[in-house]
Amino acid sequence: MSAILARLGRAVLEQLIRTGRATLFFFSLLGALSFMIRRPGLLVKQLYAVGVLSLPIILVSGLFVGMVLGLQGYANLVDFGATSSLGTVVALSLIRELGPVLTALLYAGRAGSALTAEIGLMKATEQLASMRMMAVDPFQRVLAPRFLAGCIAVPLLAGIFTAVGILGGYLVAVEQLGVDSGAFWSQMQAKVQLYADVINGVVIKSVVFGVVANWIALFEGYEAQPTSEGVSLATTRTVVYTALAVLALDFLLTALMFGAW
Amino acid sequence: MSATLTHSTAAAADRRPIVTVRGLTFHRGDHVIFQEIDLDIPRGQVTAIMGPSGTGKTTLLRLISGQVRPDAGRIEVDGICVHELGWRDLYQFRKRMAMLFQSGALFTDSNVFDNVAFPLREHTRLPECLLRTLVLMKLEAVGLRGARDLMPAELSGGMARRVALARAIALDPTLILYDEPFAGQDPISMGVLVKLIRTLNDALGLTSIIVSHDVKETAAIADYLYLISDGRIVDHGTPSALDRSNSPWVDQFMHARPDGPMSFHYPAPPYAADLLASPVP
Repeated sequence: MSAILARLGRAVLEQLIRTGRATLFFFSLLGALSFMIRRPGLLVKQLYAVGVLSLPIILVSGLFVGMVLGLQGYANLVDFGATSSLGTVVALSLIRELGPVLTALLYAGRAGSALTAEIGLMKATEQLASMRMMAVDPFQRVLAPRFLAGCIAVPLLAGIFTAVGILGGYLVAVEQLGVDSGAFWSQMQAKVQLYADVINGVVIKSVVFGVVANWIALFEGYEAQPTSEGVSLATTRTVVYTALAVLALDFLLTALMFGAW
Repeated sequence: MSATLTHSTAAAADRRPIVTVRGLTFHRGDHVIFQEIDLDIPRGQVTAIMGPSGTGKTTLLRLISGQVRPDAGRIEVDGICVHELGWRDLYQFRKRMAMLFQSGALFTDSNVFDNVAFPLREHTRLPECLLRTLVLMKLEAVGLRGARDLMPAELSGGMARRVALARAIALDPTLILYDEPFAGQDPISMGVLVKLIRTLNDALGLTSIIVSHDVKETAAIADYLYLISDGRIVDHGTPSALDRSNSPWVDQFMHARPDGPMSFHYPAPPYAADLLASPVP
């Protein structure tokens, strides 16, 4: 019994220590952000790596998600003769939930895992240590540009995902299934509100998800054991933890923004 | 009179060791790495720290460069107590020293030129044409000016270390730390590196600390040797003095004898008792 308690206590302590390290890591990242003012070129390079290179998966996924929403929405609304509301259904689903959440999950899979692997390998091959020995702070030179670029890229990608999703829904609903084009757009225009839906959904949620996804990705890379197995485990942890954190935070934010809390 | 005084003060400063370690104790968990060791690294010379694998030679370099802090004792480099520096001062201080990592630690996303230019771009505002000249000079010193456009993945192990050496001397440090510079090198690359380390040390007026267990190559270029084992300094002196030493430790290590005071086996319970013990679930 005492052995089980000791093991449990050790596990809780280790988790607390890890949480503390992650918090310190986050504040170190924030402290290093001012370096970007002096070296904007580093930020641009990382924006390309995590943002522009994530565009194909975001565009294709957004299009298909929108098309599926169009099909499913039509199949259910047609029974009630409410297909004119299809534009609203597609837009609100994407703007409030699917846009930010799926973008964050896709980002974690494509860019987050790559960030973890890159930082983990830089640590394993002593590149970060050699940078410190050359009196260059890896937080300023390596981590902060990636963090800031990721935090900028995720909301932009979420906006693109949502826009392309609505386009996909339009193609299926209007071009394929014959829903009236005017009704599709006018209902959407009437029901979707800038602050309550767009700002809360696409902007605030995706900013929060972007910060969390990049924080997890960089922390896992920085803390990875400097072995091939360690980097592999860290990459897996990034995707799993980001997915769980994004879904849990989504519930919390949705409850605060749109729920009764 | 004053000139003579200044000259003698400068001469005294030159004779002072560049690195002074006193009472250094360092543990990793329950394992004692160093137990109250003292050592001096003479200025302007090549000093080798040797010993079997796992004796903490690399850890000693990390302690000297302030990458880890000692549990007790004092490490001074050029009169500055390294482990008492805040990170800003430590980074300032590190501009005067360089470290050649065992792996080379080149940035894999940059070519040879950009790797060598990295510290110059980070710490100076030199115009690109002057920076190019400096980088080519450093690459010429290690014989790799022609490899400037190659990526690290295209370099052999020996070439990668020479590029790392060019990068290490980019800011003209006063102290350079070499972590196992000869490990895994073919005889030709090893010969090139041995000659290069000695030549650069003398030509640039550096102080070099080499951590290695390649006895012959290291002893060939070192002015002074420290032999470390079991967390303490077993012996020290010039290579010729150690070669003549009567110490069984020195004799075993310098002449690569399998039997001697340095145990082949990692500490373990008695063999028979271990074999007969029931397996722990």
